[in-house]
Amino acid sequence: MLVILNPLMRIIEIPMMALQRLLGVNRLAWVFLLPNLLLFGLFAFLPVILNFSYSLTGGDNVLLEARPYVGGRNFETLTSCSSFLDPNTCIEDKFWRAVWNTLWFVTLQVGIMVGFALLTAIILNRDIRARGFFRSVFFFPVLLSPVVVALIWKWILQREGVLNAFLDWIGIGGFNWLIDAEWAFAWTVFLSVWAHMGFYTLILLAGLQAIPRDVYEAALMDRASPWRTFRRITLPLLSPTMLVVLVLALIKGVQTFDEVYAFTGGGPGTATTFIIQYIYEEGFAGAPRLFGLAAAASLLVAIVLVMLTLIQLWINRRNVDG
Amino acid sequence: MANLWSMLTATRNKGRWDWTDWVSYSYLFLGVFLMFFPVIWLVLSSFKTEADLQRYPPTFLPYQQETVMVEGFDEPLPLFRMTAGDYEGQTLAQLRRVGLQAQMIDPANPAERLRVSIDDREPVQGVALALENYTGLFERFNFLRFFWNSTFITVTATLIMLLVNAMAAFALSKYEFRGRTTVLLLVIGTLMIPQTVVLVPLFLIVSELGMLNSLWGVIIPGAATPTGVFLLRQYMITIPDEILDAARMDKASEWKIFWRIILPLSAPAIAVLAILAIMWRWNDFLWPLIVLTQSENFTLQLALNSFQGELQTDWSSLLAMTVLTLLPIAAVFMFLQKYIATGIASTGGK
Repeated sequence: MLVILNPLMRIIEIPMMALQRLLGVNRLAWVFLLPNLLLFGLFAFLPVILNFSYSLTGGDNVLLEARPYVGGRNFETLTSCSSFLDPNTCIEDKFWRAVWNTLWFVTLQVGIMVGFALLTAIILNRDIRARGFFRSVFFFPVLLSPVVVALIWKWILQREGVLNAFLDWIGIGGFNWLIDAEWAFAWTVFLSVWAHMGFYTLILLAGLQAIPRDVYEAALMDRASPWRTFRRITLPLLSPTMLVVLVLALIKGVQTFDEVYAFTGGGPGTATTFIIQYIYEEGFAGAPRLFGLAAAASLLVAIVLVMLTLIQLWINRRNVDG
Repeated sequence: MANLWSMLTATRNKGRWDWTDWVSYSYLFLGVFLMFFPVIWLVLSSFKTEADLQRYPPTFLPYQQETVMVEGFDEPLPLFRMTAGDYEGQTLAQLRRVGLQAQMIDPANPAERLRVSIDDREPVQGVALALENYTGLFERFNFLRFFWNSTFITVTATLIMLLVNAMAAFALSKYEFRGRTTVLLLVIGTLMIPQTVVLVPLFLIVSELGMLNSLWGVIIPGAATPTGVFLLRQYMITIPDEILDAARMDKASEWKIFWRIILPLSAPAIAVLAILAIMWRWNDFLWPLIVLTQSENFTLQLALNSFQGELQTDWSSLLAMTVLTLLPIAAVFMFLQKYIATGIASTGGK
């Protein structure tokens, strides 16, 4: 690798030296920043601005100058419901189904996942033999690609799959897991807990290990029961980490797409269609491509994510200061 | 065995097990099963023939019908064990099957043709790996193409990202200039803009740049990450300024200082970021799905996803392809798992 990179770096050095002579050392910082800022500007900040124009225009043309201005009509389409609780009463019922699915999914997934991650972290924090091994066992699914995760479980859950064979064997009988709407939803929650739990376990374990040992020794001296020690020492001292984990999990949960799309395709029906899939399908998968609706929905998701991220940054800052 | 037992029984109470130990280890071993079994099952299944995959209930190990070469026949003949009838207990090879009857021969005595009912026999099976699932990928599908696309995107994007992010981190950690705080805030700002919420305008920009349906359209938009800038900056701050001053005394250019001093000294942080970048890029799905619409540009992830729709019944190829897709990441994990764990814990993922 260095054989290719070294000459390249030498070539870059020539214009950089000229710039250094021209600008002076301190202003050269901007040159170092330039590529990164250019990429951020072009692929992060500019899109945010353009997203507003898309959300205020209609038609299926991707070129902004060819899109008629429609004002807030995209948002009206998305939000006109007789009752927000019942997607059937909405014009854009698929959007609301996706919203409600996402809300349910995020609640269940984050709750279950953080719960199990905490339990796993607490167990791993005990004097466990081969802790490194167990830790990596729980962690490795994090590295698998979403499509691979989806296919692994699809293969296990198919009608004549190994899970049904096992259930047959113990006499319960098999199910069409991914054809039944409620089971499919439950399995998407399971799948995403399975795939991401290790990541949060790792963070929580680090948080647990940061709790000083002598606090526990003092509790032991005072003959505090293990349950009391957990409630009065572990949980309060772990709560900053817990908060970080919760917010991170929420941010990622709202954006769930890949593994579910490959796993159920959003089905059966719209049972497992989440909000990002709705955006993808409106904007890119179907014809006509309703970029306006997709952008308007993106904007609504972005608002939620910005709020969550601000909370995350605020917690981080507080943790650092405190 | 004694070792294993002592490993399992050693606890903080010096050999005395209380119920919490039982619960802990039961939980952990249940976890091992739940985490490992699906992947092991995938790998074992990928070595099964299509016929074996359709067997219900499935067997744990891949089985194939055993065959035998008989003199006078070019093809190997499938073996059956007779369970009833005149030849009960014998192992015969099948010549052909006609309705409910089959023409069999005794491999030891190939001259004589025997007619048996197909109800009176069962196939002889042995454990065998169906390697043709894997070789078939290279013959029947454009597998190498997808593999190359994924590799090209992963390697190029990782290198660009490391360079661009390291340059920015260098500027933000080692220079005093007006506007530094503003830039830092901008970088934090991009944390709030995940690709998922700007898909439509990003699509326009990439297509205006002529990068639609090109691997560059996948590589470039994600090439600068706030995570990378912060991770590297945090590390570079700890490099003492005296080293830089000494280099400046020796008339080294700023670029040379960056390339010859800062980068090598930041190697641990760069390694962590590189591993993360490789993981993100190899597993990336949504953005490639939008940018790459022609199948010759597909990454492995896209190919896998589209094949599972087309090849609903062809699980043998699909499973083999899944295994090959997770193999590189598994290899990275095996060798670098310590870095991965610390890297992910310190950055909070993406």
